[in-house]
Amino acid sequence: MMRRQSLVALIFVAPFLVIFGAYTLIPTILAAVISVTDITTMGLRNPFDAAFVGIANFTRILRDPIFLQSMRTTLVVVVTAVPLTMALGLALAIALNKPIRHFRGIFRGGFYLPVVVNMVAIGVIWKYAFSDQGLINSGLESWGMSAPNWLGDPHWALPTVIALGVWRNFGFCMVLFLAGLQTIPEDLYEAAKVDGASRWQSFMGITLPMLRPTTLLVSILMTIFFLQVFDEPYVLTGGGPLNTTTSVALYTYKQFSFGNINLASAASFLLLLVVGAITALQLIVLRPKN
Amino acid sequence: MTGATSSRRFETALLYAVIAVGLAITLLPFLWVASGSLRSTGEIMRNPGAWFPERLTIENFVALFERHRFLGYLINSSLVSVLTVLTNVGFGAMVGYALGKLEFRGKRLVYAAVLCALMVPLSALFVPQFIVTVKLGLANSLFGVAAPMLLTPISIFIFRQYVISVPDELLEAARLDGAGEFRVFAQFVLPMCRPALATIAVMSFLASWNNFLWPLIIAQDEGVYTLPVGLAVASRAANRTEFGLLLAGAVVILLPVLILFLVLQRQFAMGFAGQGVK
Repeated sequence: MMRRQSLVALIFVAPFLVIFGAYTLIPTILAAVISVTDITTMGLRNPFDAAFVGIANFTRILRDPIFLQSMRTTLVVVVTAVPLTMALGLALAIALNKPIRHFRGIFRGGFYLPVVVNMVAIGVIWKYAFSDQGLINSGLESWGMSAPNWLGDPHWALPTVIALGVWRNFGFCMVLFLAGLQTIPEDLYEAAKVDGASRWQSFMGITLPMLRPTTLLVSILMTIFFLQVFDEPYVLTGGGPLNTTTSVALYTYKQFSFGNINLASAASFLLLLVVGAITALQLIVLRPKN
Repeated sequence: MTGATSSRRFETALLYAVIAVGLAITLLPFLWVASGSLRSTGEIMRNPGAWFPERLTIENFVALFERHRFLGYLINSSLVSVLTVLTNVGFGAMVGYALGKLEFRGKRLVYAAVLCALMVPLSALFVPQFIVTVKLGLANSLFGVAAPMLLTPISIFIFRQYVISVPDELLEAARLDGAGEFRVFAQFVLPMCRPALATIAVMSFLASWNNFLWPLIIAQDEGVYTLPVGLAVASRAANRTEFGLLLAGAVVILLPVLILFLVLQRQFAMGFAGQGVK
């Protein structure tokens, strides 16, 4: 019985083994190998002609001012977009959990919509709205406000890209926080009320501590997401002006499109390390108690 | 007391107003794309900042399909998405069932591999995945565009979590009646797990339809562009006079997802939970 099931099970899991092997396992090994060679896209025809260069690719990109700038840009995106996205998501979740009783479905669905739509399409729309004489600026000017060149000005391009990232993700945070809020027992709030606690006090004393696991999960998911930010800058600015919106993922893509797959792999590898470290942290910190 | 209630009421009304305004702002891009795609090129050039069309026209949509190759992109995107949904539902169920209900050697190892694959960010592996695809002879083919998405670990995970709740006694009874493993799977397990299959279908459709980085890398020839790649390439080449056309392209990408979202809210809601475990 057991042996027959083993054979059947092998057939059942075969599709996963094939796809996992070809698209996760082998690529992970390849990524490590390529990043220590001098291979380029041109050299892929005769891959064994490539020479081992040790950590030269890593030292090269770490001396590339554009890569350093892309790390700085990615860091700025993470430290601004993650808290903003989470704060918006949490505020909406709290509002839609109890105080708002009517049209809940519409509100939740509407705020979640940006999560499921295509970023290239949305990027084109934002470009149209935020272009020099576009909808946003005509709106601002009609209110008598000054209108910057959002996507062309090195000071405004990154904030605009970040705004798109926040727009895309806060609904996702909202949904996870809503799920977290629903696990908090109502009696806790009742008891606090009896003890004369204000709403602010019950928020600080009950809601936030009880939400801790959710908050941790959301913050790590968002950090991992924004570390890999690519679609938003690719579509809105292509990484410009003056490389101010080139993220690490976009830098990797550019090196790849120049044919420098060795440098692209080295950059990906560094990103993979950071993402891997944060994921490991997630597993350690969020591991269920039992 | 009445003072407290009325101030409470005022607060609630204010909250509704704030949330409603927030929702309106959140959904503004959909208003922009609807109005912009229906403006003529001449109108956009004359007055780029107008929020509403002076005259409605579908010339952008006509141009999109007649003068540009968006019909081809639409067909490519549809084929890739249909293939991805079918393989994720079929294979996801098979692997998920094996991991949830069958006993075999190496089961823990396979499950660990699924969890690992869940955590590896695909955007960090696109270079070696590109090489693998080239070496498999799939570069510049629709199959190559679909390849990394054919079976996502989240599909396996969702089915496994669901199938575990199916009582073992039912499966044993079917086996005692002489049903083979494949019949047990096809006739008993699949029909009982329809909600999980629907969730997998919706999530893999979204993942495939919205995928951008991978198709951008692997589709070098216009003949295999998907809609997002075609739109992104057009958008980088275009100047602002072509906004009407680009916005019409955006509508073509957004509309199927919007319709699905309205029709299948339940499956989307289950998808959140699945993503949450990630």
